[in-house]
Amino acid sequence: MTHAIQQLAYIIATALFIFALHWMNTPATARKGVYAGVAAMTIAILVTWVQPGVIHHGWIVVAMLAGTAVGIPLANVPLTAVPQRTALSHAFGGLAAGLVGTAKYYLWLSEGPENLTTFRMVAIILEILLGFLTFTGSLMAAGKLQEVKWIPQRPVTYPGQNFINLGLFLVAAGLGAALALHPTAPWAPMLFPVVAGMALLFGVLLIIPIGGADMPTVIAILNAYAGLSAVAMGFVLDNKLLITAGALDGSSGLILAIIMCKAMNRSFTNVLFGAFGQVQQLKAGGELKVYKPETPEGAAQVLEQSSLVVIIPGYGMAVAQAQHKVRELYDQLKKRGITVKFAIHPVAGRMPGHMNVLLAEADIPYTDLVEMDAINPDMPQCDVALVVGANDVVNPAARFDKASPIYGMPIIDADKARTIFAIKRSKNPGFAGIDNELYFSDRTWMLFGDAKNVIGELVKQLAGGSGH
Amino acid sequence: MSRSPIIRAGCLALALAWAPALWAGQAADSTVAAHPATDVDFWSLLFVFVLASFIGLGVIRRVSRLLHTPLMSITNAISAIAVVGSIIVTGGDYPPEIRAMGGVALFASMTNIVSGFLITDRMLKMFKTEEKRGEGGHA
Repeated sequence: MTHAIQQLAYIIATALFIFALHWMNTPATARKGVYAGVAAMTIAILVTWVQPGVIHHGWIVVAMLAGTAVGIPLANVPLTAVPQRTALSHAFGGLAAGLVGTAKYYLWLSEGPENLTTFRMVAIILEILLGFLTFTGSLMAAGKLQEVKWIPQRPVTYPGQNFINLGLFLVAAGLGAALALHPTAPWAPMLFPVVAGMALLFGVLLIIPIGGADMPTVIAILNAYAGLSAVAMGFVLDNKLLITAGALDGSSGLILAIIMCKAMNRSFTNVLFGAFGQVQQLKAGGELKVYKPETPEGAAQVLEQSSLVVIIPGYGMAVAQAQHKVRELYDQLKKRGITVKFAIHPVAGRMPGHMNVLLAEADIPYTDLVEMDAINPDMPQCDVALVVGANDVVNPAARFDKASPIYGMPIIDADKARTIFAIKRSKNPGFAGIDNELYFSDRTWMLFGDAKNVIGELVKQLAGGSGH
Repeated sequence: MSRSPIIRAGCLALALAWAPALWAGQAADSTVAAHPATDVDFWSLLFVFVLASFIGLGVIRRVSRLLHTPLMSITNAISAIAVVGSIIVTGGDYPPEIRAMGGVALFASMTNIVSGFLITDRMLKMFKTEEKRGEGGHA
């Protein structure tokens, strides 16, 4: 009877999880999705907790309280820190899966070796491989995003890197297969930590060659791994709720990773093994190009005369914390009857959808956030394209320069606007280390300085008398 | 988004999953004969996994691109369903070192559940239409 109630509750939880994701298809219903998710999780926890097999409650209460105590501050980080929070929670997910797999192995080894069938062992090995590599890989990603001192920000590459990574993975998989075939052999309890350790090491090695511009893809891939490790746990524990919820997470990560890869015109393998982000050698003997600088006063005058302004935000906006100033600029322009839209490139920022969240936080209506494919046809009618801390996503070299590392990547057609203003902190090239053709176009004027200050100046010009 | 990359990735995933799956499946079949007591219906679990993945792909593809960051944080929370396994290990009648591992896993899962749902809701509250701006201004 309890079994029937438990299974029924798990089916309800599964349905609620599916609805939770379904309601995310529009901002209007999305919050309902959160409530459905919370309801599903509460059901799952309660039904599991009251099972007859669960007899010690003290540790459960302590662990849950501790988790809640850590979870609440993690939910209140500034929105610019959401990428590293997300990476950190993938790490927690991977850790949980890895530990439960390890615990189950040693438990069955001592209390019921007949349970360690080859099928179960394959699932346990997959669970610990995915879980532990997600754990360290995500910690590395979180460290890079948080700019922790002892984790190098720039991609670390060395000769034979891919060979070593692949070799390590194959050895770990081979040892895992040996364990799966002989789970109770005398050497097995010693080999198990070796395989776990290799997964931990592999996670680190997989992430060190990855640069900041590839983080959105990598976070999405780690998201998929975290989901798949939960699926593997479901196979180990014979629990269909774990399998369905994990599969939902896994497919979400997979889709996001595909969208990110398409937005950069690259493949998974290229992101993981391509070591992008290496600084390109500057072409020797190239002609000397000059930026045309503009003052905030001049830019403000042009902005005032426009009827359509498109603002193109990038990671630089987040770094400068300029989103609230951008909102003030938006308000100033709107007040003059100017149409203002935001052009959002899928990989702008450090995780999928990063720019949307930052701009929504600054109280910009989401109806004015337009994705790349929808805004590009309007760009030739655009009077001013204002580039705020974006670089590669507006670089026209992606269209024609076959030698460029970003060749073929879809971009926002900022160069088709009548006038382009680009705010840039310094005259250095962007993250991918590529010179941006856009900045040298006839119609581009540069506003050098910190994005927050420059936009603040623009706002001041627009707010204080528009006579000049 | 065009279909083909998803289908390609799906085929690749299936191909990768197939070898261990068949192996494990055969092993499961032979185990059923040898030890009926430890029977786990491997094939129905695999069915559930494949069907759930298709539902996931179908549902997630329709998620608004505006909401990809909240999507990621809510799926974080959902995949913390590992809490179920962690509770079983932590609360079971097992040696303390096993339960300790479960306890850490439970702590990690609970952190994801709490922070995942809370931050998703916090972000979603910020998405407003023009008319709703200024109302209930959550900063």
